[in-house]
Amino acid sequence: MTLQLAPPRHASGKRTAPRRRMARFDVRGMPYLLVSPYFLLFAIFGIFPLGYTLWLSLHDWELAGDKSFTGLSNYTELIADAEFWNAVFNTVGMFVMSTIPQIVLALLLANALNKRLRGRLLLRLGVLLPLVTSVVAVAVIFSGLFARDYGLFNWMLGLVGIEPIAWQNEKWSSWVAISTMIDWRWTGYNAIILLAAMQTIPKDLYEAAALDGASARRQFWQITIPMLRPTIVFVVFISTIGGLTLFTEPVMFEGNPQMTGGTTGQYQTVAMFVVEAAFRNYEMGYASAAAWLLFVLILIGTAANYWFTRRIGGSR
Amino acid sequence: MTNHKRFFVTGVVVTALAAMTAACGGDPATPASTAGATAAAEPVTINVHTFGAGENFGYDEAVKKWNAEHPNIQVKYSNLTDRFEDVYLPQLLQRLQAGSGAGDIVGIDEGAMGLLAARPQFFTDLGEHGLQDRKADFPAAKWETGVNADGKLFALGTDIGGMTMCYRKDLFEKAGLPTEREEVAKLWPDWNAYLETGKKFQAATKDAKWMDGPNTIYNVILSQEAPKNGNISYFDKSNQLVIETNPAVKTAFDWVQKFSQEGMTAKLQAFSPPWTKAIKGGDFATMGCPSWMLGVISGAAGESNKGNWDVAAVPGGTGNWGGSWLAVPKQTKHPKEAAEVLNYLTGKEGHIAAFKEAGAFPSSIPAQQDPEVAGLKNEYFNDVPTGEIFSTSVKDLQPVFLGEKHAQVKTSVEKVIEGMDQGAVSYAEAWSKFTAAGVKAAG
Repeated sequence: MTLQLAPPRHASGKRTAPRRRMARFDVRGMPYLLVSPYFLLFAIFGIFPLGYTLWLSLHDWELAGDKSFTGLSNYTELIADAEFWNAVFNTVGMFVMSTIPQIVLALLLANALNKRLRGRLLLRLGVLLPLVTSVVAVAVIFSGLFARDYGLFNWMLGLVGIEPIAWQNEKWSSWVAISTMIDWRWTGYNAIILLAAMQTIPKDLYEAAALDGASARRQFWQITIPMLRPTIVFVVFISTIGGLTLFTEPVMFEGNPQMTGGTTGQYQTVAMFVVEAAFRNYEMGYASAAAWLLFVLILIGTAANYWFTRRIGGSR
Repeated sequence: MTNHKRFFVTGVVVTALAAMTAACGGDPATPASTAGATAAAEPVTINVHTFGAGENFGYDEAVKKWNAEHPNIQVKYSNLTDRFEDVYLPQLLQRLQAGSGAGDIVGIDEGAMGLLAARPQFFTDLGEHGLQDRKADFPAAKWETGVNADGKLFALGTDIGGMTMCYRKDLFEKAGLPTEREEVAKLWPDWNAYLETGKKFQAATKDAKWMDGPNTIYNVILSQEAPKNGNISYFDKSNQLVIETNPAVKTAFDWVQKFSQEGMTAKLQAFSPPWTKAIKGGDFATMGCPSWMLGVISGAAGESNKGNWDVAAVPGGTGNWGGSWLAVPKQTKHPKEAAEVLNYLTGKEGHIAAFKEAGAFPSSIPAQQDPEVAGLKNEYFNDVPTGEIFSTSVKDLQPVFLGEKHAQVKTSVEKVIEGMDQGAVSYAEAWSKFTAAGVKAAG
């Protein structure tokens, strides 16, 4: 290899020193320069806010008011705050309620779209359509559908003789409404990613299995799922991060920007709790501490899901 | 409804943008502050920022007139949002903290006056611009609230929320109740009579409720009870939370609990899209009406309902809910000109123009005494003589003290009342949850 490289080096030796330095920079430095905008932006909008929030979380600071260092007292207060844990419970609850059906549905959908179908391209485009709708528009429409007095769902329930449900009023009903919004928007997206991964699975595996007499279901569980594992891990990660920072849907569902998530916090998520603390009660330090705990929660959630999804199809 | 949503969304976006741009502020000095004589010819722009639904502060005409008469000081009037506690106030605080972005003149609702009076570093001392002389124009309470922790005058009063009761004539007629406003007033000399009339109404009507939701009437009764209990509501005058011990709070709470238990409320959250829809659709028959609420109703119910809503005397006597002030943030580049405009808007002329446009009843005494105000009628509400009604209702108005964290406590406890009304909080637990929410918000 070195021998092969020798002639060009020799040739460049005839150039002037600055040009040579330029050439070397071109090879060694340029890649870093080209990727640097991302890291610069990440430092400004990612690392700095992270650090600043950590620093703030150690202070008692009222917005536009006095600031004093209080050490970890915001954290100890938070850990004893029933409303914070209620928000965590809601967030995790809605995450489970929306993500599990969503991934399962996406898998089935992808499997179906992977078959030979009439108008396959249109169908594949169709499942992606909800994604191009803005979250706010989705939430506004669904909040209308789930409205207590004039909502479509209550009207349909009325047709079969069920009393109208005040969807915002109970934990289960508000969670159902919000999970529906999330799934409507994200199932197709996940299905397309899984479909793309399915198409990379070599066909001869299926052929061999079919020759051995494996049924379609058996092929799905024994070939498709194990081969999809890395993609499922990715999809679950993205859903975890999205699910644990859930914000827009519940806020729009509430219909006002008070951030309380219902009259008794039936569907207040941790992200809403942070905004409520910072910009409704003006406790910036307390909100920063909650934001950091949310960060930790996401790390734990992602790690747990990694551990869990690694076992999919890996049992033998 | 669409307005509501749109305001909210833009509110969020603006907040985010403000937070982002705030850090890179530091505008170069304008010519006016550096170049003396030459700059005098250049017109100065004064931004007036307000909040509120419907006609909000009602300054369109007043500003038009000022701009025509003062080519050198042009006023730009923008109403930022219809929500105060959860959109306008957080945004204002962020802009004050950031040192840029706030208007040259900002509107402030009574709920935040305690909070902002405790932050004198952010506001211009209006006394420095000669506005100290205006003291005789205002009732003592309105004036004193505009004096901050340093004893400096930082805000002057705009409107005042004298109290009435609005009702749907068409629903009253269907239920066999009288519809003329004098007779309606006789139906409810006190809240007990209001409750009994409500039962009669509810017995005769199935598809409408007696009142909107719990919190409108709650605020009305609290505003009537506070003056009977030392002119305080959630906080005493040394800023200590008295939510558990002040009988005014308990009385207001008990009445609302009774109305809710009787099934008389439409279970609506005030100032929410379904509430606005219900004002228009006639889903409830009565609503507590401070003067500014008239503008909210006519805006929500629309032209098709003209004449359906009317105004009668409120049960239980006078009270004040709401009312606002104008202040000049210290970050303004033109404090002198801003103070001049503020002086005009809070002067007799500005008050009268706002009353005509938005129904906001003047706090200014010369404006109240003006025959134009006293004789004004509201066409939308069957020509009700609002001037006369509100002049009488504000005559004996008492100054109610609101603590520094009044806005936060108010939002939290009203959530519990709403939850109780909608069934998420049991009636038995409601009072303890109510006080606990207040204690937490004040902590």
